[in-house]
Amino acid sequence: MKAFSLSLKNLIRKPGRTAMLSLLTAFLALSVFGGSVIVLSLRAGLQSLEARLGADIILVPSEAQSRISFQNMLLQGTSGAFYMDASVMDKAMDVPGVEKAAPQTFLASLKADCCSVKIQVIGIDPSRDFTVQPWIARSLTGALGDMDVVVGCKVEAGIGEIIRIYEQRCKVVARLEPTGTGLDTAVYCNMDTMNTLLAAAEAKGVSHKISSGDDSVVSAVYIKVRDGYDIDTVNTALTGKLRKVTAVRTRSMITGVSDSLAGISRTVTIMIVVIWALAFMILFLAYILIVRERSREFAVLRLIGASRNMLGRMALIESAICGLIGGFTGIGLASIGVFAFSALIESSLGLPYLIPDISTILLLAAGTMMLSIVVSALASAFAAWRLSRVNPGTALREGC
Amino acid sequence: MLLRADNISKTFFRNTDNSNYFFAVTPLNLEIPPETVTVLMGRSGSGKTTLLNMLSGILQPSEGKVWMDNTDLYSLTDMELSRLRNERLGVIPQARSAVDSLTVRENILLPAKLYGKPVPAKEAGYWMKEFEIDHLANAMPKELSGGELRRMAIVRAILQNPDVLLADEPTGDLDDENTDKVLSALYALAHQENKAVFMVTHENDALKYADRILRMEKGQIFPFEK
Repeated sequence: MKAFSLSLKNLIRKPGRTAMLSLLTAFLALSVFGGSVIVLSLRAGLQSLEARLGADIILVPSEAQSRISFQNMLLQGTSGAFYMDASVMDKAMDVPGVEKAAPQTFLASLKADCCSVKIQVIGIDPSRDFTVQPWIARSLTGALGDMDVVVGCKVEAGIGEIIRIYEQRCKVVARLEPTGTGLDTAVYCNMDTMNTLLAAAEAKGVSHKISSGDDSVVSAVYIKVRDGYDIDTVNTALTGKLRKVTAVRTRSMITGVSDSLAGISRTVTIMIVVIWALAFMILFLAYILIVRERSREFAVLRLIGASRNMLGRMALIESAICGLIGGFTGIGLASIGVFAFSALIESSLGLPYLIPDISTILLLAAGTMMLSIVVSALASAFAAWRLSRVNPGTALREGC
Repeated sequence: MLLRADNISKTFFRNTDNSNYFFAVTPLNLEIPPETVTVLMGRSGSGKTTLLNMLSGILQPSEGKVWMDNTDLYSLTDMELSRLRNERLGVIPQARSAVDSLTVRENILLPAKLYGKPVPAKEAGYWMKEFEIDHLANAMPKELSGGELRRMAIVRAILQNPDVLLADEPTGDLDDENTDKVLSALYALAHQENKAVFMVTHENDALKYADRILRMEKGQIFPFEK
């Protein structure tokens, strides 16, 4: 019976002790794996948002709530509908330094009989768009036809299905990859389709009219600044030239999200460190207490010829196996939490949240597992050393 | 000559009114030859167990040397000394000595399995039957009485097939019938298999089986006078 099989028997036949030690390690693994997945998901969400916005400046109506509505729509998927005169786009193109300007028009569907799902509809102009089209092109090979829609990954409609928006039948032609932002709950269509939907919404009493009474409206204009021009200067020029319009630097919006993310990352990291320090200490003390309980057993082994090396190895193998069981349990529990309740985490944090790909998750799980085993073995190292130096005569006589 | 103690002594640190040291064993010489049952008697605290532990290779003497043939036990590395304990020295300790997570059979076969040696299954069956613990082969130590645990430790030491068998009160928890069985088994091992048996005991019955009787007093050994 070599050290490994003896260790295994000890663990199996002392289930209470094994469960207690494994559970402590499970807390370590749970905090590291769960916390890391949350932080990585937030980072991936931020990167995705940055890539998806794809513009340097976004023009929105300067109504008090427009900017907030726009940000909420992007981050949390809340419905937003605000409009401004479509001529804003041509005026923006006249500002020096503006290379491209792409309009988007928003319409929120209703949770009513006329609409099969409650969603945000975004109309784009395929001939001008430079922000959404590259993403759509990944899922859709042809052009976006009239009454065709591309849906975000969280919209419950499959390709080929018909969804009704204000009694208008729209065909789903593609689904977008997840972004971890509010854009996952949006539906994209071309401007002709959007105009049809706006008219249908008008008929249902959902007005998109602006004070000038002009029917040709847009909700936002995405601006790409020409190389060599300072974005802030162009931003100031746009603000000066366009009345009732706010020019938002996308970087400032990202910075806000990034600051929140940094705060959350810091909190999660501190939590992980505190949990680890506490659990390590408890684990260390638990192993020290076990020394007393197991002195007699190790004394017997020593008496019949086990070397110090063999006993130390046995104690370390046992703790490493507890680490393995604990790591596996902790990762399992954390996975249930972070994957099954990802929507809840996303909505409660109010930040872009994109779960990393499977290879990153597996790598993280393997790292956490390794860490659990190493930490468990480290916490028991002193106890293992003490046990390997048990004096058989004293331990057997006194049972200590 | 098999096991020999050369001028060994053991001193422990202990705070008393007179001194900071307690001399458990004062310098003494002892030979434990093969084919002999040596019985050591003496009052509690006279140093018997300390002497046995030093002879077993688990307690380094403060001074002097313990020789196994021509090998100084305490000059060996821990690995070498452990291996020697496993192969040439069988110890029956005074206290309860079972690994609680193993069954009786696993405990008995543990010395062989520890170094991956062939398991003496047939001999194990014989000795377990001889000492009437064969029906407890799959029981856990906590289910056993003191006497059964004692017999288990004796079988384990015998199965190590050691050259020297050191027993500390081997009949302590046993009834008369089992005491007789154990003592005659140890006697047979010495005389039929050329083993050296060294036994620390208070049991007067042991004297019948002794080839040599020693008395220990205040850390010194003397010939026993009946």
